[in-house]
Amino acid sequence: MTGVAPWEWELSRDGDSALLLAFESRLDPGVNARCVAVAEKLRGQRIRGVRDVVEAFATVTVHFDPVLADVDEISTMLRRLAAETAAPADRGDGRARREIRLPVCYGGARGPDLADVARFARCSEAEVVERHRSVPYRVYMLGFQPGFAYMGAVDPRIAAPRRTVPRVHVPAGSVGIAARQTGVYPVVSPGGWQLIGQTPVRLFDMARPDPFLLSAGDVVRFDPIDEASYARVETGRS
Amino acid sequence: MSSAQPGLEIEDAGLLTTVQDTGRWGYQHYGVSVSGAMDMAAHRRANRLVGNPPEAATLEITLVGPTLRFETAMRVAVAGAVFELRLDANEVSTETVLHAHPGQRLAFGRRTAGARAYLAAAGGFTVAPVLGSRSTHLRSGMGGLEGLALRAGDRLTAGPALGVPRREPAAARWRRCLPLGGARVRVLPGPHAGLFEPVVLRRLETARYTIRPESDRMGYRLDGPPIPGPEGLSLLSLGLPVGAVQILPSGGVIVAMADRQTAGGYPRVATVATADISVLGQLAPGDWIEFERCDQRTAREALTGSGLA
Repeated sequence: MTGVAPWEWELSRDGDSALLLAFESRLDPGVNARCVAVAEKLRGQRIRGVRDVVEAFATVTVHFDPVLADVDEISTMLRRLAAETAAPADRGDGRARREIRLPVCYGGARGPDLADVARFARCSEAEVVERHRSVPYRVYMLGFQPGFAYMGAVDPRIAAPRRTVPRVHVPAGSVGIAARQTGVYPVVSPGGWQLIGQTPVRLFDMARPDPFLLSAGDVVRFDPIDEASYARVETGRS
Repeated sequence: MSSAQPGLEIEDAGLLTTVQDTGRWGYQHYGVSVSGAMDMAAHRRANRLVGNPPEAATLEITLVGPTLRFETAMRVAVAGAVFELRLDANEVSTETVLHAHPGQRLAFGRRTAGARAYLAAAGGFTVAPVLGSRSTHLRSGMGGLEGLALRAGDRLTAGPALGVPRREPAAARWRRCLPLGGARVRVLPGPHAGLFEPVVLRRLETARYTIRPESDRMGYRLDGPPIPGPEGLSLLSLGLPVGAVQILPSGGVIVAMADRQTAGGYPRVATVATADISVLGQLAPGDWIEFERCDQRTAREALTGSGLA
């Protein structure tokens, strides 16, 4: 934590069906931890008319049914939770986060942009992999598609910008870099991130009791695996 | 058993016919889009006509309607966009209950107003719910019939009809409410309105915009005077409500609709009032939009009589 205090926040209306709680607008684990904490506490409350609580990098958006909800009730609750989590005694989330390890087969056909990222970083592909796998990443938020986690922060040396021309077809499990962010595509989709590898683990699977592997606030580590291990995990899954 | 279950077959799917309900709420923090009916008021009306609760799944019919063949007797209703309808040889109308016999065909003909119609069947369509909703989200392939738009040959079943059909005395009024060629919609200030020059905001409120052809259930791209944002602004993505008026770096305007992503990073000057989201749902590419600023109180009062309560 960076020890910046006090933690300022602002509550405003976003149209007539959402409330926006905005903390200091910067990419920071401490700021994000407060968003996650507020969102999780709010989801634990059963407030009439609340339909969704969405934590992002530095904000929490509460979507509600404007016919059913009492905006004042939600506002009061949000103010209380924001003030609580802004207390100096509360360090971040106030509880231990889950650490999830994701096996990744780097390079080759599974990571077609690894060579480009190595060129960007002016180092070997092996060093890109080492720099990517050696740090833990915080899941800041999920978005873009079901189960897609925005994680950071990537080592600045290998923080290659998005591809100028996005791919039409990115395979599920592809691990990508976009500047200081890294992420895994849960399902086949178009995408512009630099693909450096692929995980055989499903981030989103409706067949599981909990379809989503990751939540905002989780910590992710990537473990390099070879092609044979990739195949084993993939087979073992089905 | 199965022969007793009400059902129909899609003979011709029309342009874009999907299963929709009130939306997949509760999972946006996992990146799951809400989707649901674009004109929620019409969706609810169709359900009410056949005695369904508002959450029952209907068919959303877009611009060019389908032809359906009933395999069993079914009580159905069409609300929203006005189409010429034929039940076999008989002309029938929207916003009223239809009693179809086994083997009869319901054919959608010429569309005379609006963009999207909703066909409800008593008991509601029974595709398997995904994360608590039957709404089809085409981009993620979730909900509906295997996550897809309906195709010729698809068969749909309805659940047991429980409710009592309601009369809709104001059918004529709803038809009159449908926008013809465009609409004025009320907007509230967006979370980033303060970052824009007042003169630029005035432009948004005085200009007429046109819906571009590439618009879809995810969002409406608009043609019209550009809205220049602050130079070098870079926002962190944040939760995205329906009706959010987003400004692209080019000054272009996109209005977030039912299939929007759960979060977005474009600055937002305004948000369309909930009561007028259904109006947007009845617009098609080529139609015009004008924005009229309102306050929370007006937006709240507009909900009464919007068909959403």
